[in-house]
Amino acid sequence: MKILVCVTSVPDTTAKISFTDGDTKFNKAGVTFITGPYDDYALSRAVELKEQTGGTVTVLNVGEADSEQVIRKCLAIGADDAIRVNCEPKDSYFTAVQIATIASEEKYDLILMGRESIDYNSGVVHGLVGEILGIPSLSPVMKLNIEGTTAKMTREIEGGKEEIEASLPLVLGCQEPIAEWKIPNMRGIMTARTKPLRVVEPVGEDMTFTEKYMLPAPKGACKMIPAENAEELIALLRSEAKVL
Amino acid sequence: MSVLIFTELDNGALKKSSLEAVYYGSEVAKMKGTIATVLAIGNSTDDELAKAGNFGASKVLHANDPRLALGNIQAYADVLSMAVSQEGATTIILAMSSLGNAVAARVAAKLKASIVSNVTELPDFSNGFKVTRSIYTGKAFAKVEMKGEKQILAVKKNAISVVESSNSATVETFTPTLKDSDFVVKVTGTHKESGTILLPEADLVVSAGRGLKGPENWGIVEDLANAIGAATACSKPVSDLDWRPHSEHVGQTGIKVSPNLYIAAGISGAIQHLAGVNSSKVIVVINKDPEAPFFKAADYGIVGDVFDILPRLTKAVKAL
Repeated sequence: MKILVCVTSVPDTTAKISFTDGDTKFNKAGVTFITGPYDDYALSRAVELKEQTGGTVTVLNVGEADSEQVIRKCLAIGADDAIRVNCEPKDSYFTAVQIATIASEEKYDLILMGRESIDYNSGVVHGLVGEILGIPSLSPVMKLNIEGTTAKMTREIEGGKEEIEASLPLVLGCQEPIAEWKIPNMRGIMTARTKPLRVVEPVGEDMTFTEKYMLPAPKGACKMIPAENAEELIALLRSEAKVL
Repeated sequence: MSVLIFTELDNGALKKSSLEAVYYGSEVAKMKGTIATVLAIGNSTDDELAKAGNFGASKVLHANDPRLALGNIQAYADVLSMAVSQEGATTIILAMSSLGNAVAARVAAKLKASIVSNVTELPDFSNGFKVTRSIYTGKAFAKVEMKGEKQILAVKKNAISVVESSNSATVETFTPTLKDSDFVVKVTGTHKESGTILLPEADLVVSAGRGLKGPENWGIVEDLANAIGAATACSKPVSDLDWRPHSEHVGQTGIKVSPNLYIAAGISGAIQHLAGVNSSKVIVVINKDPEAPFFKAADYGIVGDVFDILPRLTKAVKAL
């Protein structure tokens, strides 16, 4: 089985977000970049499936040269090779076109990615890729088993879940508990250095333009209510905040 | 030119988040000087669907092929794109949801449309078509220009304050041409918790963390939630420990909520948790630690023992 796993290089979940250049650019200074947490689930499941049934796992990142650290970590976790599309992932559509272009050159049985990136949280790239390639797309998938050429999946829906069956090839957005996160071991880290990483140039154009970034307005002071008068909160929520 | 709103049905009724999207779409239509049309897919009645008029829509297209009962993403995307071409719609509005986003993504690829999720305000038409969206899980916002001839906006809950009217909408049957290839994905089973308020749809949320000490103590959380008609939620450690289901985990890697009221009991307020809740209108924090970082993000705070405070709040609500 040939699996393509698309990963994002995103600010660590504890990162403090700020902008530079008149609020037109993300400020990378002092920020640690990590593999998207949902992408980590997708990669871990891909590596598990490879261990069970054989095949290959290719990692794909749409990103600039500084995301290679994240790509090497994915290789250390068990991917066989990697492709980087050398550009800033400008928007969902643009990113999906890059992925679909790579995917149409090789025949992948599964294209896995996180349910959403944790920088833009759009959660639409899997659907765009599926439609461009003309194959089904499903997200968020929390369980995935392969029987022959059929995938059996559990998808989270609002207030519950759904059991789904579909034939390969498929595009899936993944989330926990699809797999246990894998941590690279020393041998993985050593071999990752020599695994092939191909850099290709982007195609197509973006469909949106980010004009300006903004931080949320600072929160006003918190009104403290003494514990002995806790009941007063209910009255305040009714008369002052008007939310009850 | 017109605005088309993709809605979802729950047991035949238009979902609350969808009605908010209808109102948002109707306001966009007014700004553009055009009409708002709603697409509803699945079993429902004309009376129920006409309610979309109260939220500003002029017309509802109702597609009710029995094969569409199970929320098949490819089929829904085909129905939506057929409705777009019938209506000559250029702007498509929907509420953020797992089905809505999946459908919208495929339609964006079909139509070569600009697509933006997590939209938090009405668009700005003063110079092109620009929208404000939340990014970094609510830690920041971006103003984005939609460059495509068609635009798709997935709108976040509470992006707009809804004002209902007594207008009603006309309901028309919409009969899309469906292909067998729309149904290659088979839904073999659906499990839905009944009788609970869906967390992403909830106006009020009572959430609790490790301060509750164990799953057996959740009764006091549920009591307060039931008393005010809120959904229950939890922090990541609580769902990681399996005290509560993953579907209740709010935060950066869980569900993002933006209710009118978010009550956090025994949650310290890690940055990842705040990211998932910081667009709530009013935040109440109850924690025995006065240094808990969550108080900095709160509107109201009580320093105290959750085992004492929560039951007293429930009692106070019941006494109203």
